[in-house]
Amino acid sequence: MTTVNTPSQGLETASASTPAIELRGINKHFGPVHANRDIDLVIRRGTVHGIVGENGAGKSTLMSILYGFYTADSGDIFVNGTKQNITDSRHALALGIGMVHQHFMLVENFTVLENIVLGAEDSAFLRPTLAKARAQLKQLATDYGLEVSPDAIIEDLSVGQQQRVEILKALYRGADILILDEPTGVLTPAEADHLFRILRTLRDEGKTVILITHKLREIMAITDEVSVMRQGAMVKTLETSKTSPTELAEAMVGRRVLLRVEKGPASPGKVMLEVKNLVVADDFGIPRVKDVSFSVRAGEIVGIAGVSGNGQSELLESITGMRDQTAGTVFLNGQPLSLDGDDGAARARAAGLAHVPEDRIRMGLITAFEEWENTILGYQDSYGSGPGLSIAKAKATAKEYIAKFDIRPSNPELKTANFSGGNQQKIVLAREMERDPDVLVIGQPTRGVDIGAIEFIHNEIIKMRDEGKAILLVSVELDEIRSLSDRIIVIFDGQIVGEADPATADEGALGLLMAGVTEQGHSPGPGTLPDHVTPIERNLTEMSPKDNSAKDVSP
Amino acid sequence: MSVRTPLPRWVDVALLPALNVILAFLIGGLIVLAVGQNPLQAVGIMIGGAFGYGLGFGYTLYYTTDFIFAGLAVSLAYHAGMFNIGPEGQAYVGGLGVILVALALNGLHWSLMFPLMIVAGALFGAFWAFIPGVLQAKRGSHIVITTILFNFIAVSLMSYIITRILKPEGVQSDESAPIDAISRIPRLGEFIGLFGRSPVNLTFILAILALGFVYWLVWHSKFGYAMRALGHNPTATRYAGISSSRMIMITMALAGALAAMVAVNNVGSVQGRLILNFVNGAGFVGVAVAFMGKAHPIGVALSALLFGALYQGGQELAFSMPGITKEMIVTIQALVILFTGAMGDMLRIPLERLFARGATESGT
Repeated sequence: MTTVNTPSQGLETASASTPAIELRGINKHFGPVHANRDIDLVIRRGTVHGIVGENGAGKSTLMSILYGFYTADSGDIFVNGTKQNITDSRHALALGIGMVHQHFMLVENFTVLENIVLGAEDSAFLRPTLAKARAQLKQLATDYGLEVSPDAIIEDLSVGQQQRVEILKALYRGADILILDEPTGVLTPAEADHLFRILRTLRDEGKTVILITHKLREIMAITDEVSVMRQGAMVKTLETSKTSPTELAEAMVGRRVLLRVEKGPASPGKVMLEVKNLVVADDFGIPRVKDVSFSVRAGEIVGIAGVSGNGQSELLESITGMRDQTAGTVFLNGQPLSLDGDDGAARARAAGLAHVPEDRIRMGLITAFEEWENTILGYQDSYGSGPGLSIAKAKATAKEYIAKFDIRPSNPELKTANFSGGNQQKIVLAREMERDPDVLVIGQPTRGVDIGAIEFIHNEIIKMRDEGKAILLVSVELDEIRSLSDRIIVIFDGQIVGEADPATADEGALGLLMAGVTEQGHSPGPGTLPDHVTPIERNLTEMSPKDNSAKDVSP
Repeated sequence: MSVRTPLPRWVDVALLPALNVILAFLIGGLIVLAVGQNPLQAVGIMIGGAFGYGLGFGYTLYYTTDFIFAGLAVSLAYHAGMFNIGPEGQAYVGGLGVILVALALNGLHWSLMFPLMIVAGALFGAFWAFIPGVLQAKRGSHIVITTILFNFIAVSLMSYIITRILKPEGVQSDESAPIDAISRIPRLGEFIGLFGRSPVNLTFILAILALGFVYWLVWHSKFGYAMRALGHNPTATRYAGISSSRMIMITMALAGALAAMVAVNNVGSVQGRLILNFVNGAGFVGVAVAFMGKAHPIGVALSALLFGALYQGGQELAFSMPGITKEMIVTIQALVILFTGAMGDMLRIPLERLFARGATESGT
């Protein structure tokens, strides 16, 4: 290893005005893709710095360069004013740069303490390391409000607590600059609030935090400065207090977007989908859906809110014939639906139920197939009479959908894996929506989808509702549920714990329900937002860019 | 965002397999050199023996026929995500179907007997593959394990049936009674003089038809669509309402039927009787053929031809160069299987680097 300053030395030598990180002219190519072009970025010490941008804007690549996963093709990195050539993540850590990944890197059956020292053991014997770490952990916990029991097993902890362990891991290794990649994606509103409190404490104690996110609300709530990236380039860096979500969204997309879902009042008709006393077990035989009953009427969107892992996936899968039911019945248009066997999904489809699955890569698409082949997935038997597959007819359908849903690139013979997340989602949506189903079941309609496509997808869902379809929506994005649904059902631990009207529902109360707290109080719970001057500003802040209506404001 | 750039298609389908074969021959050549023989002379004899004259070429095509069927049996199951190691046993049991129908209707003209032998062989072979299919579909037993075990069961079962039931009184060797000449599938040499008395027969035409059928089935039928869906993503297959258990059972039965055509080639024509262990490893070669041919009918045809030539040329070599023993020929064949099958992707990463560098250089 070359001569590397320890973080403490770095702090002593750097004056207060030296930026924690400075990037100059960073370029990175992946084959023909120019992932980062001439990036200049200054991150001031002791601030929370947000980095926003759509998928593929180059945020993760940039942070991976900073963390030593990739090497930049050209450009300079200055850490605490000193030029560094970061070779790997160990080197980055030695410079005081720590990263909390979106997907936690924890050993599930180890204790918190064991996870924290893993890879940072300083002797061949575990005991002295653990003893030392225990003392240090206690100090960190009191300094930053990061309370986690050191002897708890990781798999017993909530997602929010696991994230705290990840942060502790970085701090234990002497991280002075903390990079968090989409940290709130898996958290409840209350947990997210707790995280923000921790981040504020870290900042106040002099640490520098870099927050990668696509949620403008979080940027507004927590950051001091925000940098916007688009198509591999740095668009601008702004002071958070002097900008607005609208301005940021515009900078991200490169055109004006309306941060609102435009929809008229619902006019619910007769019950189209009815679920009665449904019990569903997961792959290990543990019941995940426990005696759930509800119904969806024609012309309404019913949203199921809940922290992921509370049975909503199993619920969707069993309604659509992808998972066996332990007990209960699903009625479609008044008729009980037989979903037994491993081809239940075919019968559900024949009865008029379309399904946009939660995880399009795993369930809704065969990524090794060409685009046109995925256009007919689930409907393949209607292409061609007899045993032959009418490829010409399937390709015609594919071309029709590509035009109608603006799927890019517009080549039905391209492998589906080569489409972006948003376009893959459009392939699934086009296939399921264009068959004129009576009931549409949608899971995570905009997961991993860009702002521009989100607008379009939300608008299509509203359009389906207005055509009199019954729509069941599951999303981990509470904002999405609130802005799209006509009725919200809250699920916790496999049971329906409450119902709410999205127009009047208070986010704090919903957050409490999602966390399994059933007493309805009006105290400002941990899910509330920071105070804002005007109601309009508050309104804008509440809207994440995920809730856009289709219309651009034409200039 | 992937760091690895995929190879151009022609490199993937043509250059890479060619390099693998060349590498196998180079190392084979070193072995020949080590025993004091001339490798160039050996290669010359092999190629000449396999393609140089009508009779030899006929033998090459005869072996090719076996390998095409065995290769297709593996390829078809592979498209549905299953690794069928059982063509050996499926072909062996298929032979029982062929001989039973042939002996029952012995004396019938071959033009009627041929389709009957195909159907009977296919049914028996399909049955032998169907059982592992059911076990996989209904009980989750892994197809690799069950098909391997069914090869062993087939050997024991068929040994018993041949030696204790089918073997006529007073015959010394372990084989069934012979099929009358009129009922046997005619050799191609009876129509095309070039092939002389070589064993290649009308089953070769059947093999060509089977290649076309498998191509149609996999890429142009609804069944093939469902099969490929299952092979790529079982979860999405259930999402699509395709019953994977049904697909597994039918696909395995079809694979078994294809493997059984090896028996039609051997029992129904060349030997005209059911001989103990007649499959003689052709089923296993099918696994290598399928992998080298990337489970595509054209690839299977070409690699079956290569292995056919290796078999025939190898025998010629053992005959003409006594210094090269039979075992050495098996070694060379094994090297080809090793380099094209097991280590088929060994040169992929160096080639990818080479082509990626070429791409960036031309790009800047």
